[in-house]
Amino acid sequence: MLEVRDLHASINGSPILKGIDLTIKKGEIHAIMGPNGSGKSTLAKVLAGHPAYEVTKGQVLYEGKNLLEMAPDERAREGVFMAFQYPIEVPGVSNAQFLRLAYNEKRKHLGEEELDPLEFKDLLKERAKIVEMDASFMTRSVNEGFSGGEKKRNEILQMAVLEPKLAILDETDSGLDIDALRIVAGGVNHLHNSENAVVLVTHYQRLLNYIVPHYVHVLAGGRIAREGGKELALELEEKGYDWITSSVTGSGSSAVSVI
Amino acid sequence: MSTAENLVSQEYKYGFVTDIESDTIPRGLSEDTVRLIAAKKNEPEWMLEFRLKAYRHWLTMTEPKHWPNLTYPEINYQDMIYYSAPKQKALKASMDEVDPELLKTFEKLGIPLTEQKQLAGVAVDAVFDSVSVATTYKEKLKKHGVIFCSFSEAIREYPDLIRKYLGSVVPTNDNFFAALNSAVFSDGSFCFIPKGVRCPMELSTYFRINNSESGQFERTLIVAEEGSYVSYLEGCTAPKFDKNQLHAAVVELIALDDAQIKYSTVQNWYAGDEEGRGGIYNFVTKRGKCAGRNSKISWTQVETGSAITWKYPSCILLGDNSIGEFYSVALTNHAQQADTGTKMIHLGKNTRSTIISKGIAAGKSNNSYRGLVKVMPKAENSRNYTQCDSMLIGSNSGANTFPYIEVMNNSSAVEHEASTSKISEEQLFYLQQRGISQEDAVSLIINGFCKDVFLQLPMEFAVEAQRLLGMKLEGSVG
Repeated sequence: MLEVRDLHASINGSPILKGIDLTIKKGEIHAIMGPNGSGKSTLAKVLAGHPAYEVTKGQVLYEGKNLLEMAPDERAREGVFMAFQYPIEVPGVSNAQFLRLAYNEKRKHLGEEELDPLEFKDLLKERAKIVEMDASFMTRSVNEGFSGGEKKRNEILQMAVLEPKLAILDETDSGLDIDALRIVAGGVNHLHNSENAVVLVTHYQRLLNYIVPHYVHVLAGGRIAREGGKELALELEEKGYDWITSSVTGSGSSAVSVI
Repeated sequence: MSTAENLVSQEYKYGFVTDIESDTIPRGLSEDTVRLIAAKKNEPEWMLEFRLKAYRHWLTMTEPKHWPNLTYPEINYQDMIYYSAPKQKALKASMDEVDPELLKTFEKLGIPLTEQKQLAGVAVDAVFDSVSVATTYKEKLKKHGVIFCSFSEAIREYPDLIRKYLGSVVPTNDNFFAALNSAVFSDGSFCFIPKGVRCPMELSTYFRINNSESGQFERTLIVAEEGSYVSYLEGCTAPKFDKNQLHAAVVELIALDDAQIKYSTVQNWYAGDEEGRGGIYNFVTKRGKCAGRNSKISWTQVETGSAITWKYPSCILLGDNSIGEFYSVALTNHAQQADTGTKMIHLGKNTRSTIISKGIAAGKSNNSYRGLVKVMPKAENSRNYTQCDSMLIGSNSGANTFPYIEVMNNSSAVEHEASTSKISEEQLFYLQQRGISQEDAVSLIINGFCKDVFLQLPMEFAVEAQRLLGMKLEGSVG
């Protein structure tokens, strides 16, 4: 589904990603872990097409197509979804209105008929159950006045409505209490199936107790420093990130000396 | 880094010119011009007196060039045409006698006037350059006692009402542009809702400026008697010309005891091109008087056109417990300038006013809110709430807020909130990441920003207003 090859990206001219390779197949759950500043959120944003980041080298194939050539909204309509670490408020626009617009954009793209507000309301009601959100959320402005936990649940609701093929969850667990974490994780597990893939970007192992990944990739200094199964996350929990970052710094400087 | 730039507006679709033979008087303004206009319209002596008084006063006045936050070249009042009317039969017994070319023009503007096609639920007075060419549903309204006709007709048919109310809210010497209008106004609409009547349909006037060199000076007068209600809509467009045209209208509203007037405007004059060539200079005086107890006047305006907007729809809250409201969206793009807002003058006890203003500035435009809230000593226990929000698109536009607050008693309270925001890259990216195109995202954010105002508009107008904003900003972020 997704093939990332030697991906380099920078923001304001300073390089953040320095050669990422990643292969994701449908049905898989991947966790991207790493300390602050390792580039894991940057990787998520670059895949989603955030305009502030410049890809300086490498390629990304999504279902055989060049993802990097597509505009962010095009990627979204093709099934790439990113749950934001800090969901944005849109005052005056109701959640239902926003979700219907997004949903219908995707339907149009697939050549399907758009849903009218009443039809969509039924669908929304159904999907909202997955994240235990009640009807009052639908008439409120997008994320405006939502608590941190409500915002994150709202992200997963959007995922439930849009049914992406590739869902990238950027630190969705940060700032969540245990109940909200349980609801969010339950939603993701419910939505995951053999036809789609989930990428969890997270700092902590905690989320992975609820959503169990097939693969764990640890980023440090803009590169993947370690890869393994779910047990790698447990090892990180025990030892922290230091043992990985120090080894990367070591290999990094030796690489420079070779050049 | 910001993507909020690159401003291109969609072609103005109402920019066509109607080729029609017209009765146009020579350019220039003098007492003779005023007399000529009155003579053309066969007006009674008292009307001519009204005009001359205004004209003589106007001569002593100077254009308000210094206090508004607007810059424009000198207007040559002698180089303008003050009366231009399409040639047609003087009296129109039915729509069949209206020049087909005019009917076609209004149909193209989305305002069909012929019996079969008339808009359901809305009575329309169509004004073309200096004169009203047709008014729909007149007979039906008459059955309810509602008078809705052109101003010329009102002067002929209802002189007592006109003499009683004309100039009673905006006196002839009120300001430079109001005095000019009072001297040379050529037509407009008159609405009268008798005691206890709830007007059965929306009343609406559609203004069209066609002549490239004439100004449009129209007059609207709405009188709502005790316990009556009316909702009135105003729409306007003009062709694209390289030269500027002056539009100086006066609107007067009077609400007696327990009466309500809701006045909505969607203004879409030609705004000039990207460099600011051409477009309408809109210098308009709009004022409502809540003369009676418990009366209410609401102004809702969506201002998208005009090269220059100078306009402060106001309420004089004279009756005890009366209510004044002002809801405004002013959008400027390219080189447009707007200095607009309201005045709420509290005179009666327990009077209330609400001001919600949303200014959106894109391109290199300049958008100012100017508002006065004045609570007089006798207006005890009065309240005002003002919320003024500005949104900037791109980095070359400007927004200003000039609030003036004067409270002269201790029992009243005035609240003022203001904010300025920008459409952020993050907001756009968020919406795009959900599959919404950049243009739709901008339109969604803007419509959300204006929601409190759009909620006040009649249904069809709200849809029109949303579409209009989307169109005006098409490609404005990229």
